[in-house]
Amino acid sequence: MAILEVRNLEKHFGPTRVLEDISFELEQGKALAVIGSSGSGKTTLLRCLNFLETPDRGTISVQGEVLFDAADPSTQREADIRRKRLHFGMVFQSFNLFPQYTALQNVTLACQLLAREQPDFKARRKEIFQKIDERGMELLTEIGLANRATHYPHQLSGGQQQRVAIARALALNPDILCFDEPTSALDPELTGEVLRVIRSLARQKTTMIIVTHEMAFARDVADHIIFMDQGVIVEQGEARQVIEHPAQERTRQFLARYADNG
Amino acid sequence: MFMTVIGALNEGFLQTMRLFSITLVCALPLGLVISFGSMSRFFPLRGLTRTLVWVIRGTPLMLQLYILFFVPGYILPGGNPWPSGESGRFMAAAVAFVINYSCYFSEIFRGGIQSVPIGQQEAGLVLGMTRTQIFFRVTLLQMVKRIIPPLSNEIITLVKDTSLARIISLQEVIWAGYAFMKGSHGYSGLVWPLFFTGVYYLVFNGALTLLFGWVERKLEFFR
Repeated sequence: MAILEVRNLEKHFGPTRVLEDISFELEQGKALAVIGSSGSGKTTLLRCLNFLETPDRGTISVQGEVLFDAADPSTQREADIRRKRLHFGMVFQSFNLFPQYTALQNVTLACQLLAREQPDFKARRKEIFQKIDERGMELLTEIGLANRATHYPHQLSGGQQQRVAIARALALNPDILCFDEPTSALDPELTGEVLRVIRSLARQKTTMIIVTHEMAFARDVADHIIFMDQGVIVEQGEARQVIEHPAQERTRQFLARYADNG
Repeated sequence: MFMTVIGALNEGFLQTMRLFSITLVCALPLGLVISFGSMSRFFPLRGLTRTLVWVIRGTPLMLQLYILFFVPGYILPGGNPWPSGESGRFMAAAVAFVINYSCYFSEIFRGGIQSVPIGQQEAGLVLGMTRTQIFFRVTLLQMVKRIIPPLSNEIITLVKDTSLARIISLQEVIWAGYAFMKGSHGYSGLVWPLFFTGVYYLVFNGALTLLFGWVERKLEFFR
């Protein structure tokens, strides 16, 4: 069964329709890449999944549970939304690390705050925090930044910051990890280290949705690809198939532009 | 003579300090509350607070002092609410200063909060934080760092603005200095005590400037 099911999602900004009839599924352990030109609605789609935008129509279900149904206000209560967000992790284009916290604190802060809601928090405070710190260090080690744990974001390169942001998203063990153009704000020589981390997550069968402009990366890492244009899904399918043998004319044109530039 | 004057000026400056501290202690949190009001998504509240800020910032503090001190006595059924004498004058002055300065502070806070990138809040949201947690754990310190320069400006102005309270005869330091010109403690026609009041302001504001510089350096650990 699909871990994520999106049905007929639609989103308007005033009279502008940014998403129209978006439906897709994602299997557990698979990586989905979303490609398309700027303004095609890719980012808005991710923001809808993270409840940073409220879709005007459609449903979002994770593991069979309907998290969001535009027609059912009882699925849109602010207090519940906060919990529902935890199904998704989000890595932003501009990292958005908290500047006043060290790399490790960035990774552990949300876990510490959530731990406070456990009933036995007061009694086990020390033990819980220690576990969270250990897990934070594990994650930093995984992304190769254990030696930067006490550095503040401004002391890290863009690529390192983005890797910390990935660790921060992983710390909450989301069912689905979303990347919003994770390398677009980076110098070309820094994209490699971030893409390597994402590749290794794919090898570990992390369920991911990656909005990206890196076509070769999308082809190699993603199992499925969605090509979006002007708010609609023009084509979706197996990654290699979509990139190498696109069925739609618009997909061909889009990919041709990348081939020319590359 | 010198000791007599200094004693009187010290007493005046003590009153200045009292007004300054109580204004600061009350107006900083109240300003934060007002800034939330002026950023509220609920239009009536936003409209009301923004109108209040407009009126308070748009009229002279001296006028507000007059009105707060004298007018309630005419219109309230219970008569003048202020106690008689210096304590009444102080209370009226403190209320006027707290209202006035919280409105100014609120705009500094609003600017500071809104200058923190929206991405910070979104990062907090996707990590499952509540809005309160995001404000206190993420936004607040970044805002404080940004508002230290404008806030220190305003606080230094507050030190000097306390002298306006002499308009309702609050016996602050300039009032005490001026008293020696017209006659006080057996002296009259003394000009230098008035000049000397300036030293109090200079020294105190110098200390404040050092303090703000220290806070700014303390917050340099992040950008």
